[in-house]
Amino acid sequence: MANWIPTWLHRLGSPPTFYRFAGAVRPWALTLALITGAIAAYGGLVLAPADYQQGDAYRIIFIHVPSAWMSLFIYFAMGVAAFIALVWRIKLAEVVAMESAPIGAAFTFITLVTGSLWGKPMWGTWWTWDARLTSELVLLFLYLGVIGLFHSFEDRRQGARAAAFLALIGVVNVPIVHFSVNWWNTLHQGSTVRLLGPSHIDARMLWPLLTMMLATKCYYVASLFGRVRADLVAMESGKDWVKALAVEETA
Amino acid sequence: MTATAGAACAALLRRDLLLAWRRRGDIAMPVLYALIVTTLFPFALGPEDALLQRIAGGVILVTVLLAMLLALDAMFRGDIEDGSLEQLLLAPQPLALMLAIRIFAHWITTALPLIIISPLLAGMLHLPTPVIGVLVVALLLATPLLSLIGAILVALTAGTRRSGMLLALMLLPLCVPVVIFAAGAVAAAQQGLPWVAPIAWLGAALVLAVVLAPLACAAALRIALDA
Repeated sequence: MANWIPTWLHRLGSPPTFYRFAGAVRPWALTLALITGAIAAYGGLVLAPADYQQGDAYRIIFIHVPSAWMSLFIYFAMGVAAFIALVWRIKLAEVVAMESAPIGAAFTFITLVTGSLWGKPMWGTWWTWDARLTSELVLLFLYLGVIGLFHSFEDRRQGARAAAFLALIGVVNVPIVHFSVNWWNTLHQGSTVRLLGPSHIDARMLWPLLTMMLATKCYYVASLFGRVRADLVAMESGKDWVKALAVEETA
Repeated sequence: MTATAGAACAALLRRDLLLAWRRRGDIAMPVLYALIVTTLFPFALGPEDALLQRIAGGVILVTVLLAMLLALDAMFRGDIEDGSLEQLLLAPQPLALMLAIRIFAHWITTALPLIIISPLLAGMLHLPTPVIGVLVVALLLATPLLSLIGAILVALTAGTRRSGMLLALMLLPLCVPVVIFAAGAVAAAQQGLPWVAPIAWLGAALVLAVVLAPLACAAALRIALDA
């Protein structure tokens, strides 16, 4: 009776079905990302009150914190896809893991840049060897390692599997690095938004932050689906469904 | 007909050490590299005792790490070229065990000489004598960890042709905790603080790595070589 969910997921694993599914979802995700992003930017930059200590400079938080969340979230998503790719050898999972890496690296980079822009007026320095900054930098290197390993193989699928394995090692490594760096040195302000218990942030500042988080999630879905579609067509270029697609497009 | 696992291990260890001994020049290269890098620091920073003393522990750790990184690339290269790695993959003995022996042999030929000269390097940078003991202990625990982690990454890049810089990019994020704890122990000893805690962390990590890394290395090698 309730068999349709596994059946549907199973069918979604096949490249032609996913290609059509991603093509249908992508415009919606992109639109939603743009709308929520615009609302969040307006709420954060105009409606939210200035901070009593940091003045207007704190407003970069509406870019910085959602990017930081995304940098970790995408690494986690990549790890899950990598695990599926290695255990069940699903081609689509390999593509999803490998196409997540550049998006995650971009978010990590944005986090580092906005963080140092914020740090200059607040801490008086562009960069400091603080625990969270260092962890984020290490995360960027992990992403770059995965991307580099993927591209160093001539065979795409072999490269994807090797890089997926590296991504899984990284999943184990991230908490260890975070713990050890914390033990080493810390200066960063504590988290102000918590899932459990009251947040240390005004509600008028909180909602744009959460809306921006939704926007970045939608953007990730849209961007990932676009990249995966392009990759699937390139990888399956000899298959019948791609030929049919090409005929359809030119007709 | 098949040899027991113990006999296979002994044979593999003997072969690897013999091969390394026949090319003794290669063993000397990381040692020379570490010596030269350590010599360069006083030239770059000036010969003040206090400054050199303060940075000595960190400099030696990073130098040893880089020297090991240079040697890592060769861990499976020869075996891939002459096909003996395929024989190892096909052998009835568990691959993880064989690779553990491989990594141990590699550690003996590259890291052990570095540890042996580390008191000399420490002397060059005026590290106080009581601290040298802590440095050697930290290196004894940190270098096998690096060999084990590095072996997984070398196995992953076994199917690619040029992997030198890529290996560095992949290894550096993974060795951050090792460097932190090893340097932390040396720094604590230098300030007269208790240094056992970071050493204990290193030891715990090493125990974990000894168990898990050969298994991961075997899995990585199978991924990288199946064509």
